[in-house]
Amino acid sequence: MRWLALPFDTFAIQLLNAVQYGLLLFLVASGLTLVFGIMGVINLAHGSFYMIGAYLAWSLAEHFGNLGIAIVVGVALSLLIGAALEWLFIRRLYDRDHLYQVLLTYGLILIVEELRSIVWGDDVHAVPVPDWLAASIPLTDTLSYPVYRLWISGVCIALAIAMAFVIQRTRIGMTIRAGASNREMAQSLGIDIRFVQLVVFAVGIALAAFAGMIAAPVSSVFPGMGNQVIIICFVVVVIGGIGSVKGALVAALLIGLVDTFGKVLELEVAGIPVLPELAGMSVYVLMAIVLLWRPEGLFGKRAP
Amino acid sequence: MRDVGPIVDARGIHAHYGLSHVLHGVDLIVHPGEAIGLMGRNGMGKTTLLRSVLGLLPPRRGSVHVRGVDMTRAAPHRIARAGIAYVPEGRGIFPNLTVRENLIMAARPGVGGRNEWTYDRVLATFPRLMERLGHGGQQLSGGEQQMLTIGRALMTNPDLLILDEATEGLAPLIAQEIWRIIGQICATGVAAILVDKNLAAVTRVTDRNIILVKGRVVFEGTSAELRANPAIGLQHLGV
Repeated sequence: MRWLALPFDTFAIQLLNAVQYGLLLFLVASGLTLVFGIMGVINLAHGSFYMIGAYLAWSLAEHFGNLGIAIVVGVALSLLIGAALEWLFIRRLYDRDHLYQVLLTYGLILIVEELRSIVWGDDVHAVPVPDWLAASIPLTDTLSYPVYRLWISGVCIALAIAMAFVIQRTRIGMTIRAGASNREMAQSLGIDIRFVQLVVFAVGIALAAFAGMIAAPVSSVFPGMGNQVIIICFVVVVIGGIGSVKGALVAALLIGLVDTFGKVLELEVAGIPVLPELAGMSVYVLMAIVLLWRPEGLFGKRAP
Repeated sequence: MRDVGPIVDARGIHAHYGLSHVLHGVDLIVHPGEAIGLMGRNGMGKTTLLRSVLGLLPPRRGSVHVRGVDMTRAAPHRIARAGIAYVPEGRGIFPNLTVRENLIMAARPGVGGRNEWTYDRVLATFPRLMERLGHGGQQLSGGEQQMLTIGRALMTNPDLLILDEATEGLAPLIAQEIWRIIGQICATGVAAILVDKNLAAVTRVTDRNIILVKGRVVFEGTSAELRANPAIGLQHLGV
């Protein structure tokens, strides 16, 4: 076995990248796991709203000339889109088999992709980093790290804390958890469970779209960008344990680390190159290992 | 001003579970402050009748008025907010919430803004819950779970408390304790519907009693009448 170590400065930069990627994944996956855990709906189209977010950021930033305003308006629009979708389609799925959910939400992927093509076209776009975040922090004489990527991590951490607070410490969070555990009982205590579900779904969509918005300046904006994200997000949800927001955070960070370092480390086993040649498989290998160890995911509820 | 009409006025309720016709035109009228016993053997339609009133199983035919408003097809949360609280069979506590959270999530002023049942008063009524506030719902004993569901129902400041098999499966001493508290609650002027197999315990608390057999009301009368005619209980309830 031969192992090529990274120089420390490269390691530091890759570590920051890994954390930033993981935190961004968490934002998308948290909405997915909430909707799945609370309403029992598998939303394959969740990643499409990551893409919609990126396109909204691009077109609104061009329109307003300011990414900050674009994000505020974009999040408001995403909440409305999410609420409308829940009201029109998703609420019809709660009592149905997963097959119907997969069919409907797969259909939504195709529709969203087509609408995106009609409204915004099929070109790849770049979104400029806002001026006040455009700087870089020098690490060594030759290497530096962009402030914008640090800002992404900071925003994601703040949102993760805010989500944990709302779910664990507020009355709204208690209501959401109560509704997830026993819908009928929650209703009989006067809770409008349909409204709670509408809000949870809309917030989940808005989180995915927000992730797409803040990622746009570093990843660029392109057709089908949600499809890459959704697959990894399902891996996050499965590793973390379905329905667990805490699990989604841990799993997303793990995947960020494995995926990023899988691509930069060099590893040879018995003369056969393993990394980075097989880096594309690394997150799935991680998932397989976790599932062999804990079939219900890291923070999932054990089946009774 | 409190209105003087019935809290619940359900008439001619027909309810079905799938293909089976469970209720055949049942009336259930509850006036403010009144305690009603709902009795019958298993499978006679007691829980179905309660679920119809609560909006959890909208009746096929018949009407449900709550405080004079037609709520026959209303969502369950609207019926709850009209002042009806439900303690279901099997209790329905939220196991993923702590005892404290189970109580807090239900807290709201009653109809007309009454706020007699505060968190502190509920805990004073069920002092055993006080030592368990941070525990998850599933760590409680059966009796404590029952106290929690009753306490949680009171947090909504109801005008009508519906208790389905409140003492089912509890040790006799704990059941006695629960009955004592139910008696206290009824004495505060909250109306109640009590479903239980223990005829003696029910009739000590209730004013009026209904016996269901195969989805029909076969007896309706005061607790004194029931006690004076043990044959009725023997025939329809087997006690």
